[in-house]
Amino acid sequence: MVDKLTLNMITQRSIEEGVAMEKGKTTQEYFEACSIIEMNEEDIRKLGLLPNQLVKVTSECGSVIVKAIKGRQTVYPGLGHIPQGVWANQIVPPRTQATGEPQYSGFPATVESARGERRKSALECVQGAVGLWRSD
Amino acid sequence: MPKKIENVGCPYCGVCCDDLVVTVSDDGRHVLEVENACAIGNEIFHHASGDNRIKLPRLRQPDGTYKDISYDEAVDYAAKVLVKAKKPLIYGFGSTNCEGMAAAAKVAEKAGAVLDNCASICHGSSFLAIFDNGYPSCTLGETKNRADVIVYWGSNPAHAHPRHMSRYSIFPRGFFTGKGHKGRKIIVIDPRYTDTARVADIYVQVKQGQDYDLFNAFRTVIHGEDIPDEVAGVKKEQILEVADILKKARFGTIFYGMGLCHSDGRNHNVDIAISMTRDLNDFTKWTIMAMRGHYNIAGPGVVWAWTTGYPYCIDMSKKDHAYMNPGETSSIDLAMRDEVDAFFNIGTDAGAHFPIEAVKHLKKHPWITIDPNICMASEIADLHIPVGIVGVEVPGIVYRMDNVPIQYRQVLNPPEGVISDEELFERIHQRICEIEAEEGITQTGAAAADTQKSIVGE
Ligand code: SF4
Repeated sequence: MVDKLTLNMITQRSIEEGVAMEKGKTTQEYFEACSIIEMNEEDIRKLGLLPNQLVKVTSECGSVIVKAIKGRQTVYPGLGHIPQGVWANQIVPPRTQATGEPQYSGFPATVESARGERRKSALECVQGAVGLWRSD
Repeated sequence: MPKKIENVGCPYCGVCCDDLVVTVSDDGRHVLEVENACAIGNEIFHHASGDNRIKLPRLRQPDGTYKDISYDEAVDYAAKVLVKAKKPLIYGFGSTNCEGMAAAAKVAEKAGAVLDNCASICHGSSFLAIFDNGYPSCTLGETKNRADVIVYWGSNPAHAHPRHMSRYSIFPRGFFTGKGHKGRKIIVIDPRYTDTARVADIYVQVKQGQDYDLFNAFRTVIHGEDIPDEVAGVKKEQILEVADILKKARFGTIFYGMGLCHSDGRNHNVDIAISMTRDLNDFTKWTIMAMRGHYNIAGPGVVWAWTTGYPYCIDMSKKDHAYMNPGETSSIDLAMRDEVDAFFNIGTDAGAHFPIEAVKHLKKHPWITIDPNICMASEIADLHIPVGIVGVEVPGIVYRMDNVPIQYRQVLNPPEGVISDEELFERIHQRICEIEAEEGITQTGAAAADTQKSIVGE
Protein backbone atom coordinates (compact mmCIF):
# COMPACT_ATOMS: atom_id res chain seq x y z
CA MET A 1 0.00 0.00 0.00
CA VAL A 2 1.14 3.55 -0.72
CA ASP A 3 -0.02 6.99 0.51
CA LYS A 4 0.27 8.72 -2.81
CA LEU A 5 0.17 7.63 -6.40
CA THR A 6 1.04 9.62 -9.49
CA LEU A 7 -1.38 9.05 -12.37
CA ASN A 8 -1.47 10.25 -15.95
CA MET A 9 -4.70 12.27 -16.06
CA ILE A 10 -7.21 12.69 -18.84
CA THR A 11 -10.42 14.75 -18.78
CA GLN A 12 -13.07 14.05 -21.40
CA ARG A 13 -16.81 14.16 -22.00
CA SER A 14 -19.34 11.83 -20.43
CA ILE A 15 -23.02 11.53 -21.28
CA GLU A 16 -23.95 11.99 -17.63
CA GLU A 17 -22.10 15.31 -17.73
CA GLY A 18 -23.91 16.28 -20.95
CA VAL A 19 -27.38 15.57 -19.59
CA ALA A 20 -26.67 17.17 -16.20
CA MET A 21 -25.12 20.24 -17.78
CA GLU A 22 -28.36 20.92 -19.64
CA LYS A 23 -30.29 20.60 -16.37
CA GLY A 24 -27.90 23.15 -14.90
CA LYS A 25 -24.39 23.26 -13.52
CA THR A 26 -25.65 24.02 -10.03
CA THR A 27 -27.74 20.82 -9.87
CA GLN A 28 -26.98 17.74 -7.79
CA GLU A 29 -26.85 15.69 -11.04
CA TYR A 30 -23.99 17.78 -12.38
CA PHE A 31 -22.18 17.51 -9.05
CA GLU A 32 -22.47 13.72 -9.02
CA ALA A 33 -21.57 13.39 -12.71
CA CYS A 34 -18.41 15.47 -12.61
CA SER A 35 -16.84 15.48 -9.15
CA ILE A 36 -15.42 11.96 -9.59
CA ILE A 37 -12.22 10.32 -10.71
CA GLU A 38 -12.28 7.01 -12.56
CA MET A 39 -9.33 4.80 -11.67
CA ASN A 40 -8.15 1.28 -12.30
CA GLU A 41 -9.03 -1.18 -9.53
CA GLU A 42 -5.39 -2.00 -9.05
CA ASP A 43 -4.58 1.66 -8.29
CA ILE A 44 -7.57 1.96 -5.95
CA ARG A 45 -6.26 -1.07 -4.09
CA LYS A 46 -2.70 0.26 -4.00
CA LEU A 47 -3.95 3.37 -2.21
CA GLY A 48 -6.03 1.22 0.17
CA LEU A 49 -9.20 3.13 -0.71
CA LEU A 50 -12.70 1.97 0.16
CA PRO A 51 -15.30 2.13 -2.60
CA ASN A 52 -16.45 5.73 -3.23
CA GLN A 53 -13.87 7.24 -0.90
CA LEU A 54 -12.93 10.88 -1.45
CA VAL A 55 -9.46 11.62 -2.74
CA LYS A 56 -7.36 14.72 -3.23
CA VAL A 57 -5.95 15.06 -6.73
CA THR A 58 -3.07 17.49 -7.16
CA SER A 59 -1.48 18.67 -10.37
CA GLU A 60 1.21 21.27 -11.09
CA CYS A 61 -1.44 23.99 -10.75
CA GLY A 62 -3.81 23.03 -7.97
CA SER A 63 -5.83 20.44 -6.09
CA VAL A 64 -9.38 19.20 -6.11
CA ILE A 65 -11.34 16.78 -3.95
CA VAL A 66 -13.29 14.15 -5.90
CA LYS A 67 -14.78 10.70 -5.35
CA ALA A 68 -12.71 7.73 -6.53
CA ILE A 69 -14.68 5.16 -8.50
CA LYS A 70 -13.87 2.26 -10.78
CA GLY A 71 -16.17 3.44 -13.55
CA ARG A 72 -17.73 1.49 -16.38
CA GLN A 73 -15.38 2.76 -19.08
CA THR A 74 -12.24 1.28 -17.63
CA VAL A 75 -8.79 2.84 -17.60
CA TYR A 76 -5.56 0.89 -17.43
CA PRO A 77 -3.35 1.06 -14.30
CA GLY A 78 -1.56 4.41 -14.15
CA LEU A 79 -4.29 6.30 -16.04
CA GLY A 80 -6.98 8.41 -14.34
CA HIS A 81 -10.06 10.16 -15.75
CA ILE A 82 -12.03 13.08 -14.36
CA PRO A 83 -15.01 13.96 -16.59
CA GLN A 84 -14.75 17.30 -18.34
CA GLY A 85 -16.19 20.10 -16.21
CA VAL A 86 -15.68 22.29 -13.18
CA TRP A 87 -13.72 19.83 -11.01
CA ALA A 88 -11.38 18.68 -13.77
CA ASN A 89 -10.58 22.28 -14.61
CA GLN A 90 -9.38 22.99 -11.08
CA ILE A 91 -6.27 21.02 -12.00
CA VAL A 92 -5.95 21.18 -15.82
CA PRO A 93 -2.66 22.91 -16.74
CA PRO A 94 -3.26 25.94 -18.97
CA ARG A 95 -0.11 25.30 -21.02
CA THR A 96 -1.00 24.99 -24.72
CA GLN A 97 2.10 23.86 -26.65
CA ALA A 98 1.61 27.09 -28.63
CA THR A 99 -1.71 25.91 -30.09
CA GLY A 100 -4.22 27.61 -27.80
CA GLU A 101 -5.39 24.25 -26.40
CA PRO A 102 -4.78 23.56 -22.72
CA GLN A 103 -3.32 20.24 -21.55
CA TYR A 104 -6.74 18.64 -20.93
CA SER A 105 -5.30 15.16 -21.35
CA GLY A 106 -1.97 13.68 -20.42
CA PHE A 107 -0.74 15.56 -17.35
CA PRO A 108 0.66 14.09 -14.13
CA ALA A 109 -1.35 14.33 -10.92
CA THR A 110 -0.93 12.72 -7.53
CA VAL A 111 -3.86 11.00 -5.85
CA GLU A 112 -4.13 10.51 -2.09
CA SER A 113 -6.86 9.98 0.49
CA ALA A 114 -8.71 13.25 1.18
CA ARG A 115 -8.41 12.83 4.97
CA GLY A 116 -11.64 14.44 6.08
CA GLU A 117 -11.77 17.14 3.41
CA ARG A 118 -15.05 17.49 1.52
CA ARG A 119 -16.00 17.98 -2.12
CA LYS A 120 -16.80 21.58 -3.01
CA SER A 121 -19.86 22.49 -5.04
CA ALA A 122 -19.36 23.81 -8.59
CA LEU A 123 -20.16 27.34 -7.47
CA GLU A 124 -17.82 27.16 -4.51
CA CYS A 125 -14.99 25.96 -6.80
CA VAL A 126 -15.41 28.68 -9.41
CA GLN A 127 -16.66 31.61 -7.33
CA GLY A 128 -14.13 30.69 -4.67
CA ALA A 129 -11.29 30.92 -7.18
CA VAL A 130 -12.23 34.50 -8.10
CA GLY A 131 -13.13 35.78 -4.62
CA LEU A 132 -16.90 35.84 -5.06
CA TRP A 133 -17.90 32.86 -2.93
CA ARG A 134 -19.92 33.52 0.19
CA SER A 135 -20.98 30.48 2.17
CA ASP A 136 -24.50 30.65 3.46
CA MET B 1 -54.66 21.79 -29.24
CA PRO B 2 -51.00 20.87 -28.73
CA LYS B 3 -48.98 21.35 -31.89
CA LYS B 4 -46.59 18.76 -33.35
CA ILE B 5 -43.56 20.29 -35.09
CA GLU B 6 -41.49 18.01 -37.33
CA ASN B 7 -37.92 18.12 -38.65
CA VAL B 8 -36.69 20.07 -35.66
CA GLY B 9 -32.91 20.41 -35.19
CA CYS B 10 -31.28 19.59 -31.88
CA PRO B 11 -29.09 22.34 -30.42
CA TYR B 12 -26.59 20.24 -28.54
CA CYS B 13 -23.92 18.20 -30.30
CA GLY B 14 -22.26 18.31 -33.71
CA VAL B 15 -24.41 15.47 -35.08
CA CYS B 16 -27.13 18.13 -35.51
CA CYS B 17 -30.01 15.65 -35.62
CA ASP B 18 -32.71 17.36 -37.67
CA ASP B 19 -35.36 14.68 -37.39
CA LEU B 20 -36.79 15.58 -33.99
CA VAL B 21 -40.53 15.83 -33.50
CA VAL B 22 -41.49 18.26 -30.77
CA THR B 23 -44.98 18.64 -29.34
CA VAL B 24 -45.67 22.01 -27.77
CA SER B 25 -48.59 23.23 -25.70
CA ASP B 26 -51.42 25.43 -26.98
CA ASP B 27 -49.87 28.67 -25.81
CA GLY B 28 -46.51 27.87 -27.42
CA ARG B 29 -44.75 28.13 -24.04
CA HIS B 30 -44.17 24.52 -23.02
CA VAL B 31 -42.62 21.46 -24.61
CA LEU B 32 -44.81 18.44 -23.92
CA GLU B 33 -42.93 15.74 -25.78
CA VAL B 34 -39.72 15.26 -27.74
CA GLU B 35 -39.37 12.31 -30.11
CA ASN B 36 -36.16 10.90 -31.65
CA ALA B 37 -33.72 12.90 -29.51
CA CYS B 38 -31.13 11.26 -27.25
CA ALA B 39 -31.12 11.88 -23.49
CA ILE B 40 -29.18 15.12 -23.84
CA GLY B 41 -31.29 16.54 -26.68
CA ASN B 42 -34.42 15.68 -24.71
CA GLU B 43 -33.18 17.58 -21.66
CA ILE B 44 -32.51 20.77 -23.66
CA PHE B 45 -36.08 21.10 -24.87
CA HIS B 46 -37.62 20.30 -21.51
CA HIS B 47 -35.24 22.59 -19.67
CA ALA B 48 -36.18 25.49 -21.96
CA SER B 49 -39.76 25.47 -20.77
CA GLY B 50 -38.77 25.35 -17.11
CA ASP B 51 -39.83 28.20 -14.85
CA ASN B 52 -36.39 29.16 -13.65
CA ARG B 53 -35.30 31.17 -16.67
CA ILE B 54 -33.57 34.51 -16.27
CA LYS B 55 -35.63 37.18 -18.04
CA LEU B 56 -33.67 40.39 -17.48
CA PRO B 57 -29.98 41.32 -17.61
CA ARG B 58 -28.31 41.29 -14.21
CA LEU B 59 -25.56 43.69 -13.11
CA ARG B 60 -23.15 42.85 -10.28
CA GLN B 61 -23.38 45.28 -7.35
CA PRO B 62 -20.52 46.37 -5.05
CA ASP B 63 -21.77 43.94 -2.38
CA GLY B 64 -21.40 41.04 -4.80
CA THR B 65 -25.11 40.48 -5.47
CA TYR B 66 -26.90 40.84 -8.80
CA LYS B 67 -29.46 43.53 -9.62
CA ASP B 68 -31.90 43.32 -12.57
CA ILE B 69 -31.44 46.04 -15.19
CA SER B 70 -33.08 46.76 -18.56
CA TYR B 71 -31.74 45.57 -21.91
CA ASP B 72 -31.02 49.21 -22.81
CA GLU B 73 -28.84 49.62 -19.73
CA ALA B 74 -27.09 46.32 -20.44
CA VAL B 75 -26.38 47.29 -24.04
CA ASP B 76 -24.99 50.62 -22.89
CA TYR B 77 -22.77 48.94 -20.27
CA ALA B 78 -21.43 46.40 -22.77
CA ALA B 79 -20.75 49.07 -25.40
CA LYS B 80 -18.88 51.24 -22.89
CA VAL B 81 -16.73 48.31 -21.75
CA LEU B 82 -15.80 47.64 -25.39
CA VAL B 83 -15.04 51.28 -26.17
CA LYS B 84 -12.86 51.63 -23.07
CA ALA B 85 -10.93 48.37 -23.44
CA LYS B 86 -7.71 48.38 -25.45
CA LYS B 87 -7.94 44.72 -26.36
CA PRO B 88 -11.23 43.05 -25.42
CA LEU B 89 -11.72 39.32 -26.05
CA ILE B 90 -15.03 38.07 -27.43
CA TYR B 91 -15.12 34.29 -27.04
CA GLY B 92 -17.50 31.34 -27.30
CA PHE B 93 -20.18 30.77 -29.97
CA GLY B 94 -20.46 26.96 -29.75
CA SER B 95 -24.14 27.39 -28.97
CA THR B 96 -25.55 30.14 -31.12
CA ASN B 97 -26.56 30.60 -34.74
CA CYS B 98 -24.53 31.95 -37.68
CA GLU B 99 -26.58 35.13 -37.70
CA GLY B 100 -25.40 35.88 -34.15
CA MET B 101 -21.80 35.06 -35.12
CA ALA B 102 -21.88 37.49 -38.03
CA ALA B 103 -23.29 40.26 -35.83
CA ALA B 104 -20.63 39.60 -33.19
CA ALA B 105 -17.87 39.81 -35.81
CA LYS B 106 -19.15 43.25 -36.76
CA VAL B 107 -18.95 44.34 -33.12
CA ALA B 108 -15.46 42.83 -32.74
CA GLU B 109 -14.16 44.78 -35.70
CA LYS B 110 -15.75 48.00 -34.53
CA ALA B 111 -14.34 47.55 -31.02
CA GLY B 112 -10.91 46.35 -32.10
CA ALA B 113 -11.39 43.07 -30.27
CA VAL B 114 -9.95 39.58 -30.46
CA LEU B 115 -12.64 37.24 -31.76
CA ASP B 116 -12.32 33.58 -30.86
CA ASN B 117 -14.53 30.51 -30.60
CA CYS B 118 -14.58 27.26 -28.66
CA ALA B 119 -12.48 25.57 -31.36
CA SER B 120 -9.65 27.42 -29.64
CA ILE B 121 -9.74 24.83 -26.83
CA CYS B 122 -11.24 21.99 -28.87
CA HIS B 123 -10.58 21.34 -32.59
CA GLY B 124 -8.22 24.30 -33.06
CA SER B 125 -5.43 21.75 -33.49
CA SER B 126 -7.42 20.34 -36.37
CA PHE B 127 -7.48 23.72 -38.10
CA LEU B 128 -3.71 23.96 -37.78
CA ALA B 129 -3.22 20.48 -39.25
CA ILE B 130 -5.76 21.08 -42.00
CA PHE B 131 -4.01 24.32 -43.05
CA ASP B 132 -0.77 22.39 -43.29
CA ASN B 133 -1.90 19.11 -44.73
CA GLY B 134 -5.35 19.38 -46.32
CA TYR B 135 -8.60 17.69 -45.35
CA PRO B 136 -9.64 14.63 -47.37
CA SER B 137 -13.11 14.58 -45.85
CA CYS B 138 -16.68 13.78 -46.86
CA THR B 139 -20.21 14.37 -45.60
CA LEU B 140 -21.91 12.20 -43.02
CA GLY B 141 -24.31 11.09 -45.75
CA GLU B 142 -21.42 9.65 -47.76
CA THR B 143 -20.22 7.70 -44.73
CA LYS B 144 -23.72 6.38 -44.12
CA ASN B 145 -24.24 5.35 -47.73
CA ARG B 146 -20.79 4.05 -48.62
CA ALA B 147 -18.54 3.22 -45.68
CA ASP B 148 -17.82 -0.41 -44.81
CA VAL B 149 -15.00 0.36 -42.36
CA ILE B 150 -15.20 3.03 -39.70
CA VAL B 151 -12.52 4.09 -37.25
CA TYR B 152 -13.24 6.09 -34.10
CA TRP B 153 -9.86 7.36 -32.90
CA GLY B 154 -9.71 9.25 -29.59
CA SER B 155 -13.42 9.94 -29.78
CA ASN B 156 -16.25 8.50 -27.75
CA PRO B 157 -19.54 9.12 -29.58
CA ALA B 158 -21.49 6.89 -27.16
CA HIS B 159 -21.01 9.76 -24.69
CA ALA B 160 -20.25 12.91 -26.66
CA HIS B 161 -22.34 12.36 -29.81
CA PRO B 162 -24.99 9.86 -28.72
CA ARG B 163 -26.79 9.35 -32.07
CA HIS B 164 -23.72 9.50 -34.31
CA MET B 165 -23.44 5.72 -34.54
CA SER B 166 -27.11 5.05 -35.08
CA ARG B 167 -27.58 7.77 -37.69
CA TYR B 168 -24.37 7.62 -39.68
CA SER B 169 -21.89 4.92 -38.91
CA ILE B 170 -22.62 1.58 -37.33
CA PHE B 171 -26.29 0.85 -37.62
CA PRO B 172 -27.99 2.58 -40.56
CA ARG B 173 -28.53 0.94 -43.93
CA GLY B 174 -27.38 3.17 -46.77
CA PHE B 175 -27.51 2.89 -50.58
CA PHE B 176 -24.38 0.74 -50.80
CA THR B 177 -24.37 -0.47 -47.22
CA GLY B 178 -27.67 -2.35 -47.22
CA LYS B 179 -26.59 -4.86 -44.58
CA GLY B 180 -26.29 -2.13 -41.95
CA HIS B 181 -24.32 -3.28 -38.93
CA LYS B 182 -23.49 -6.70 -40.41
CA GLY B 183 -21.75 -5.23 -43.42
CA ARG B 184 -19.52 -2.90 -41.45
CA LYS B 185 -16.33 -3.18 -39.44
CA ILE B 186 -15.93 -0.76 -36.58
CA ILE B 187 -12.51 -0.11 -35.10
CA VAL B 188 -12.10 1.91 -31.91
CA ILE B 189 -8.69 3.23 -30.90
CA ASP B 190 -8.60 4.74 -27.41
CA PRO B 191 -6.63 4.45 -24.16
CA ARG B 192 -9.91 3.84 -22.31
CA TYR B 193 -12.21 0.88 -22.88
CA THR B 194 -15.12 3.20 -23.59
CA ASP B 195 -18.77 2.46 -24.22
CA THR B 196 -17.99 3.07 -27.90
CA ALA B 197 -15.23 0.42 -27.70
CA ARG B 198 -17.82 -2.04 -26.35
CA VAL B 199 -19.77 -2.00 -29.61
CA ALA B 200 -16.67 -2.18 -31.83
CA ASP B 201 -15.46 -5.20 -33.79
CA ILE B 202 -11.88 -4.37 -32.91
CA TYR B 203 -10.62 -2.39 -29.92
CA VAL B 204 -7.07 -1.12 -29.99
CA GLN B 205 -5.80 0.12 -26.63
CA VAL B 206 -3.24 2.81 -27.39
CA LYS B 207 -1.12 4.20 -24.55
CA GLN B 208 -2.34 7.70 -23.69
CA GLY B 209 -0.29 10.37 -25.47
CA GLN B 210 1.30 7.92 -27.92
CA ASP B 211 -1.17 8.23 -30.79
CA TYR B 212 1.49 9.77 -33.03
CA ASP B 213 3.68 6.68 -32.65
CA LEU B 214 0.79 4.39 -33.51
CA PHE B 215 -0.14 6.39 -36.62
CA ASN B 216 3.50 6.20 -37.64
CA ALA B 217 3.47 2.43 -37.21
CA PHE B 218 0.32 2.13 -39.35
CA ARG B 219 1.86 4.29 -42.06
CA THR B 220 5.04 2.23 -42.01
CA VAL B 221 3.08 -1.00 -42.39
CA ILE B 222 0.85 0.48 -45.09
CA HIS B 223 4.04 1.43 -46.97
CA GLY B 224 5.13 -2.21 -46.72
CA GLU B 225 7.92 -1.78 -44.16
CA ASP B 226 8.53 -3.62 -40.90
CA ILE B 227 7.80 -2.30 -37.36
CA PRO B 228 8.91 -3.26 -33.81
CA ASP B 229 7.01 -5.98 -31.90
CA GLU B 230 5.07 -3.40 -29.94
CA VAL B 231 4.29 0.27 -30.59
CA ALA B 232 2.41 2.60 -28.19
CA GLY B 233 1.36 -0.43 -26.15
CA VAL B 234 -0.14 -2.20 -29.17
CA LYS B 235 1.16 -5.57 -30.41
CA LYS B 236 2.56 -5.81 -33.92
CA GLU B 237 0.04 -8.53 -34.88
CA GLN B 238 -2.89 -6.25 -34.09
CA ILE B 239 -1.34 -3.36 -36.03
CA LEU B 240 -0.89 -5.65 -39.05
CA GLU B 241 -4.44 -6.97 -38.72
CA VAL B 242 -5.98 -3.48 -38.56
CA ALA B 243 -3.77 -2.12 -41.38
CA ASP B 244 -4.96 -4.97 -43.57
CA ILE B 245 -8.61 -4.15 -42.87
CA LEU B 246 -7.98 -0.47 -43.63
CA LYS B 247 -6.35 -1.29 -46.97
CA LYS B 248 -9.08 -3.70 -48.01
CA ALA B 249 -12.00 -1.39 -47.22
CA ARG B 250 -14.21 -0.20 -50.06
CA PHE B 251 -14.80 3.14 -48.37
CA GLY B 252 -13.61 4.18 -44.94
CA THR B 253 -13.97 7.12 -42.59
CA ILE B 254 -11.77 7.99 -39.63
CA PHE B 255 -13.70 9.98 -37.02
CA TYR B 256 -11.30 11.48 -34.52
CA GLY B 257 -11.81 13.54 -31.40
CA MET B 258 -10.24 15.20 -28.41
CA GLY B 259 -8.00 12.22 -27.74
CA LEU B 260 -5.79 13.63 -30.49
CA CYS B 261 -6.32 17.38 -29.97
CA HIS B 262 -5.99 17.53 -26.18
CA SER B 263 -2.93 15.31 -25.79
CA ASP B 264 0.77 15.91 -26.28
CA GLY B 265 1.43 16.61 -29.93
CA ARG B 266 -1.91 18.35 -30.52
CA ASN B 267 -2.00 19.37 -34.21
CA HIS B 268 0.81 16.93 -35.08
CA ASN B 269 -1.46 14.02 -34.10
CA VAL B 270 -4.11 15.30 -36.50
CA ASP B 271 -1.51 16.03 -39.15
CA ILE B 272 -0.30 12.45 -39.22
CA ALA B 273 -3.90 11.15 -39.17
CA ILE B 274 -4.46 13.14 -42.36
CA SER B 275 -1.24 11.77 -43.85
CA MET B 276 -2.35 8.23 -43.07
CA THR B 277 -5.69 8.92 -44.77
CA ARG B 278 -3.80 10.14 -47.82
CA ASP B 279 -1.59 7.03 -47.81
CA LEU B 280 -4.65 4.78 -47.69
CA ASN B 281 -6.03 6.50 -50.77
CA ASP B 282 -3.27 4.80 -52.76
CA PHE B 283 -5.21 1.58 -52.16
CA THR B 284 -8.85 2.51 -51.74
CA LYS B 285 -11.10 5.41 -50.73
CA TRP B 286 -10.55 6.81 -47.23
CA THR B 287 -11.87 9.97 -45.61
CA ILE B 288 -11.36 11.68 -42.26
CA MET B 289 -13.60 13.87 -40.14
CA ALA B 290 -13.23 15.88 -36.94
CA MET B 291 -15.96 15.05 -34.41
CA ARG B 292 -16.95 18.66 -33.78
CA GLY B 293 -18.46 19.05 -30.32
CA HIS B 294 -21.27 21.57 -30.28
CA TYR B 295 -24.08 21.76 -32.80
CA ASN B 296 -22.79 24.95 -34.39
CA ILE B 297 -19.13 25.04 -33.49
CA ALA B 298 -18.33 24.54 -37.16
CA GLY B 299 -20.35 27.73 -37.77
CA PRO B 300 -17.91 30.43 -36.62
CA GLY B 301 -15.11 28.78 -38.59
CA VAL B 302 -17.18 29.07 -41.75
CA VAL B 303 -18.75 32.48 -41.10
CA TRP B 304 -15.56 34.21 -39.95
CA ALA B 305 -13.31 32.61 -42.56
CA TRP B 306 -15.68 34.15 -45.05
CA THR B 307 -15.90 37.57 -43.37
CA THR B 308 -12.39 38.05 -41.91
CA GLY B 309 -10.28 35.44 -43.69
CA TYR B 310 -9.65 33.38 -40.55
CA PRO B 311 -11.70 30.79 -38.67
CA TYR B 312 -10.63 31.54 -35.06
CA CYS B 313 -8.10 33.40 -32.84
CA ILE B 314 -8.75 36.56 -34.89
CA ASP B 315 -6.97 39.61 -33.53
CA MET B 316 -8.61 42.77 -34.90
CA SER B 317 -7.18 45.08 -32.24
CA LYS B 318 -5.40 47.14 -34.89
CA LYS B 319 -8.82 47.68 -36.51
CA ASP B 320 -7.52 47.90 -40.07
CA HIS B 321 -6.43 44.30 -40.44
CA ALA B 322 -7.17 40.89 -39.02
CA TYR B 323 -4.39 38.65 -37.76
CA MET B 324 -4.37 35.05 -36.58
CA ASN B 325 -1.64 33.22 -34.72
CA PRO B 326 -2.86 30.48 -32.35
CA GLY B 327 -0.53 30.25 -29.36
CA GLU B 328 -0.37 34.06 -29.40
CA THR B 329 -3.89 35.23 -30.29
CA SER B 330 -5.72 32.26 -28.73
CA SER B 331 -7.96 32.89 -25.73
CA ILE B 332 -6.12 30.78 -23.16
CA ASP B 333 -2.71 32.17 -24.10
CA LEU B 334 -4.00 35.75 -24.13
CA ALA B 335 -5.54 35.17 -20.71
CA MET B 336 -2.43 33.61 -19.21
CA ARG B 337 -0.27 36.50 -20.46
CA ASP B 338 -2.80 39.09 -19.20
CA GLU B 339 -3.05 40.62 -22.64
CA VAL B 340 -6.77 41.28 -22.73
CA ASP B 341 -8.61 43.84 -20.62
CA ALA B 342 -12.24 42.80 -21.03
CA PHE B 343 -13.91 39.44 -21.62
CA PHE B 344 -17.17 38.59 -23.36
CA ASN B 345 -18.33 34.99 -22.85
CA ILE B 346 -21.10 34.07 -25.26
CA GLY B 347 -22.83 30.76 -25.99
CA THR B 348 -20.34 28.76 -23.93
CA ASP B 349 -19.20 28.49 -20.32
CA ALA B 350 -15.60 29.55 -19.89
CA GLY B 351 -16.15 29.52 -16.12
CA ALA B 352 -16.59 25.76 -16.19
CA HIS B 353 -14.49 24.79 -19.20
CA PHE B 354 -11.36 26.92 -19.07
CA PRO B 355 -8.58 25.80 -16.72
CA ILE B 356 -9.26 27.74 -13.52
CA GLU B 357 -5.93 29.58 -13.81
CA ALA B 358 -7.10 31.20 -17.04
CA VAL B 359 -10.44 32.11 -15.44
CA LYS B 360 -8.62 33.88 -12.61
CA HIS B 361 -6.61 35.98 -15.05
CA LEU B 362 -9.64 36.97 -17.13
CA LYS B 363 -11.59 37.87 -14.02
CA LYS B 364 -9.20 40.73 -13.25
CA HIS B 365 -11.09 42.73 -15.90
CA PRO B 366 -14.75 43.35 -16.77
CA TRP B 367 -16.45 40.03 -17.59
CA ILE B 368 -19.73 39.95 -19.49
CA THR B 369 -21.63 36.70 -20.03
CA ILE B 370 -24.28 36.33 -22.72
CA ASP B 371 -26.18 33.08 -22.19
CA PRO B 372 -29.79 31.90 -21.84
CA ASN B 373 -29.05 29.99 -18.64
CA ILE B 374 -27.32 30.17 -15.32
CA CYS B 375 -23.85 28.72 -15.69
CA MET B 376 -20.46 29.22 -14.07
CA ALA B 377 -19.64 32.08 -16.45
CA SER B 378 -22.88 33.85 -15.51
CA GLU B 379 -22.25 33.43 -11.79
CA ILE B 380 -18.85 35.14 -11.82
CA ALA B 381 -19.70 37.82 -14.41
CA ASP B 382 -20.05 41.54 -13.84
CA LEU B 383 -22.97 41.54 -16.23
CA HIS B 384 -25.14 38.60 -17.36
CA ILE B 385 -27.37 39.18 -20.37
CA PRO B 386 -29.93 36.42 -21.03
CA VAL B 387 -30.84 35.61 -24.64
CA GLY B 388 -33.23 33.24 -26.40
CA ILE B 389 -32.13 29.59 -26.85
CA VAL B 390 -31.15 28.97 -30.46
CA GLY B 391 -32.90 25.96 -31.95
CA VAL B 392 -35.68 26.19 -29.36
CA GLU B 393 -36.74 29.84 -29.21
CA VAL B 394 -34.65 31.38 -31.97
CA PRO B 395 -34.36 29.95 -35.49
CA GLY B 396 -31.18 30.19 -37.56
CA ILE B 397 -28.49 28.54 -39.60
CA VAL B 398 -26.04 26.08 -38.06
CA TYR B 399 -23.17 24.08 -39.56
CA ARG B 400 -23.07 20.36 -38.81
CA MET B 401 -19.72 18.66 -38.05
CA ASP B 402 -19.24 17.94 -41.77
CA ASN B 403 -19.80 21.63 -42.62
CA VAL B 404 -23.26 21.05 -44.04
CA PRO B 405 -25.50 24.04 -43.20
CA ILE B 406 -28.89 23.28 -41.66
CA GLN B 407 -31.77 25.64 -40.98
CA TYR B 408 -32.87 25.28 -37.35
CA ARG B 409 -36.40 26.05 -36.24
CA GLN B 410 -38.14 27.86 -33.46
CA VAL B 411 -40.54 25.70 -31.47
CA LEU B 412 -41.25 27.92 -28.46
CA ASN B 413 -41.60 31.63 -27.91
CA PRO B 414 -38.75 33.07 -25.83
CA PRO B 415 -39.72 34.36 -22.37
CA GLU B 416 -41.31 37.77 -22.78
CA GLY B 417 -38.84 40.52 -23.56
CA VAL B 418 -35.84 38.21 -24.03
CA ILE B 419 -33.96 38.98 -27.28
CA SER B 420 -31.68 36.96 -29.57
CA ASP B 421 -27.86 37.02 -29.72
CA GLU B 422 -28.09 38.63 -33.13
CA GLU B 423 -30.33 41.47 -31.96
CA LEU B 424 -28.18 41.99 -28.89
CA PHE B 425 -24.97 42.35 -30.92
CA GLU B 426 -26.68 44.62 -33.45
CA ARG B 427 -27.77 46.86 -30.59
CA ILE B 428 -24.31 46.85 -29.03
CA HIS B 429 -22.85 47.81 -32.43
CA GLN B 430 -25.34 50.62 -32.76
CA ARG B 431 -24.56 51.87 -29.27
CA ILE B 432 -20.78 51.85 -29.89
CA CYS B 433 -21.37 53.98 -33.01
CA GLU B 434 -23.44 56.43 -30.95
CA ILE B 435 -20.86 56.65 -28.15
CA GLU B 436 -18.05 57.24 -30.63
CA ALA B 437 -20.08 59.97 -32.31
CA GLU B 438 -20.92 61.57 -28.95
CA GLU B 439 -17.36 61.51 -27.74
CA GLY B 440 -15.94 62.43 -31.14
CA ILE B 441 -13.68 59.41 -31.01
CA THR B 442 -11.67 59.13 -34.19
CA GLN B 443 -10.07 55.89 -35.06
CA THR B 444 -6.34 55.63 -35.38
CA GLY B 445 -4.04 54.57 -38.19
CA ALA B 446 -5.28 53.40 -41.51
CA ALA B 447 -8.75 53.09 -40.08
CA ALA B 448 -9.08 56.85 -39.63
CA ALA B 449 -10.71 57.66 -42.91
CA ASP B 450 -14.37 56.96 -43.37
CA THR B 451 -13.41 55.11 -46.48
CA GLN B 452 -11.66 52.47 -44.43
CA LYS B 453 -11.89 48.96 -45.74
CA SER B 454 -14.14 46.89 -43.60
CA ILE B 455 -12.60 43.64 -42.36
CA VAL B 456 -15.99 42.20 -41.75
CA GLY B 457 -18.09 42.52 -44.89
CA GLU B 458 -21.55 43.86 -44.15
S1 SF4 C 1 -27.02 13.06 -30.92
FE1 SF4 C 1 -26.52 15.20 -30.55
S2 SF4 C 1 -27.77 16.38 -31.98
FE2 SF4 C 1 -28.62 14.28 -31.90
S3 SF4 C 1 -30.26 14.39 -30.36
FE3 SF4 C 1 -28.38 13.75 -29.28
S4 SF4 C 1 -27.43 15.65 -28.54
FE4 SF4 C 1 -28.97 16.22 -30.09
